[in-house]
Amino acid sequence: MAREMWKGNEAIAEAAVRAGLEAYFGYPITPQNEVLEYLSHRMPELGRAFVQAESEPAAINMVYGAACTGARVMTSSSSPGISLMQEGLSYIAGTEVPMVLVNVMRGGPGLGNIAPSQGDYNQICKGGGHGDYHPIVLAPASIQEAVDLVPVAFELAHKYLNICTILIDGSIGQMMEPVQLPEMQPVARKEYDWAVSGAKGRKRHFLSSIYLDVPTEEKVNLRILGRWREAQANEIRFKEYFMEDAEHIVIGFGTAGRIALSAVRTARALGIKVGLFRPISVNPFPYKRVEELCKRAKSFLVVEMNTGQMLKDVQAAVRNRIPVRFYGRLGGVMPFPDEFVHEIQEMIKNPGKPEDDPADLWYLRMMAR
Amino acid sequence: MAATIVNPENLVYSRPKGFTDMPSHYCPGCTHGTAQRLVAEVLEEMNILDKSIGVAPVGCAVFAYNYIDIDFVEAAHGRAPAMATGIKRVLPDRVVFSYQGDGDLASIGMAETVHAAARGENITIIFINNAIYGMTGGQMAPTTLPGMKTTSSPNGRDVETQGYPIRVSEMLATLDGAGYIVRRSLHDPKNIRLAKKAIRLAFETQVHGLGFSMVELLSTCSTGWGMTPVESLAWLEEHMIPAFPLGDYKIASSVAALKI
Repeated sequence: MAREMWKGNEAIAEAAVRAGLEAYFGYPITPQNEVLEYLSHRMPELGRAFVQAESEPAAINMVYGAACTGARVMTSSSSPGISLMQEGLSYIAGTEVPMVLVNVMRGGPGLGNIAPSQGDYNQICKGGGHGDYHPIVLAPASIQEAVDLVPVAFELAHKYLNICTILIDGSIGQMMEPVQLPEMQPVARKEYDWAVSGAKGRKRHFLSSIYLDVPTEEKVNLRILGRWREAQANEIRFKEYFMEDAEHIVIGFGTAGRIALSAVRTARALGIKVGLFRPISVNPFPYKRVEELCKRAKSFLVVEMNTGQMLKDVQAAVRNRIPVRFYGRLGGVMPFPDEFVHEIQEMIKNPGKPEDDPADLWYLRMMAR
Repeated sequence: MAATIVNPENLVYSRPKGFTDMPSHYCPGCTHGTAQRLVAEVLEEMNILDKSIGVAPVGCAVFAYNYIDIDFVEAAHGRAPAMATGIKRVLPDRVVFSYQGDGDLASIGMAETVHAAARGENITIIFINNAIYGMTGGQMAPTTLPGMKTTSSPNGRDVETQGYPIRVSEMLATLDGAGYIVRRSLHDPKNIRLAKKAIRLAFETQVHGLGFSMVELLSTCSTGWGMTPVESLAWLEEHMIPAFPLGDYKIASSVAALKI
């Protein structure tokens, strides 16, 4: 199939349609509006369900209802809207039904702005809703990668009866790139032994997140954890660049990881032996691979568009074995590759000690600018 | 001998097919049991038990799924109309209904309720209005009457600071998407029969694809009101019906034309 120019949000929407999306429920919020707008004509033309809900809480609860039928269902939003969906997400996790969520992150906290940010990493990966649950989170760095991950997201959601989030920021949502879309898959809803559809010729099904019997709720929590442990074992995804002889390694996800690739190429041209590690599954996080890498690298540079949220996961894997440096831009500010190149050079010049607090030192550098 | 005491020809009352034999958790004098039985009777009479999906609320009726023996889901507080929308849009040939109390429907879930009606969402809502939050112990509801004492309006609802009760049926009837909106009461046998007829028509509205349908049922909460069951039925008739007049608030012409 030919490569075509697509806007990120629209490409993701079309990829979802081709992955067999049966129902979409959403609410306008910048910078993800094009997902909603695109599907508002695309879904009805295919005879599939589309509703512009009255709010994000309504949208996520429509998703909850549709998910209970076993349908492939999706919603999309951006940071403040995702906060409003947390109640429904917790119920969906507690009911163990599958759904795909697209979060096109913007600057925050609060109303913030509509510029690209990665400030929702903790909320999305660590579970912003109440209770013990672990959503699967995939963080593409380009429109092509996003489009390729959409069908994967549906498969993972259904395989693990879990929320699978595509985590991008406003820049991936808004930019245009040449992209090869996947082939159209037919809608194929299975008769799941848990889904509601009307109890015809079978015992009734009941789907809920309520377990008033406390030992039963503990068992449900363990069942959810068991599926998560399987995902941790089987669903680690990452990409490595210039890693063969790398002495120093830059780690970044999504857009920060993509900008870091430009920086690493520049540094290589300057003769610096630096590689890039870009986690794609940010939950489950590739702790093991980061641990392996820290045994062969002299130092790490973690780059993010937040105050160091993924940094904590990297540090959990490194456990003070090598010096880790952090560089972040905040509130919707996009870092330039040159800033990362500078950070790589500074790291090599003055690697610091393994026990240094990278977020603390970064903050002091930011305040001294 | 005992086995033939009830012959089919003199059987006047039995458990509907769609009603489980689970012992009721509702308080003595509560009308939830009556309302849920009526729903089960109607679904059985319409022969749609095996194509119906219920959406339970948060509140005393959170356990509605224990009594009505059909596919059920349990919504977050107030979100039942949104959840029902999600199910109905994916399975348009199934019968989808929510069963909600006044706190659930008219307070935290007001937006979901109004917009489901405005969209003409082809679902049915059974709305239990007993003017109080039952499950959490009797707090003021959006339908609590002026001057009515609750655990969060201990001196009686003061309209100066706590506002006025909301008449949901009247409000929803103004929306073009609403096909059938009526208010009935469960305080005596005659009104219970009228309530059942209304529930039937609401489900017929949905089955015929005629838009959003809701039956508001004035109900009791003996425990929350601090009354005996008999007192609460009398109190409903005396105080709630004047504040929430019974009647047909919206019957679309297409619904009026239905022959049942």
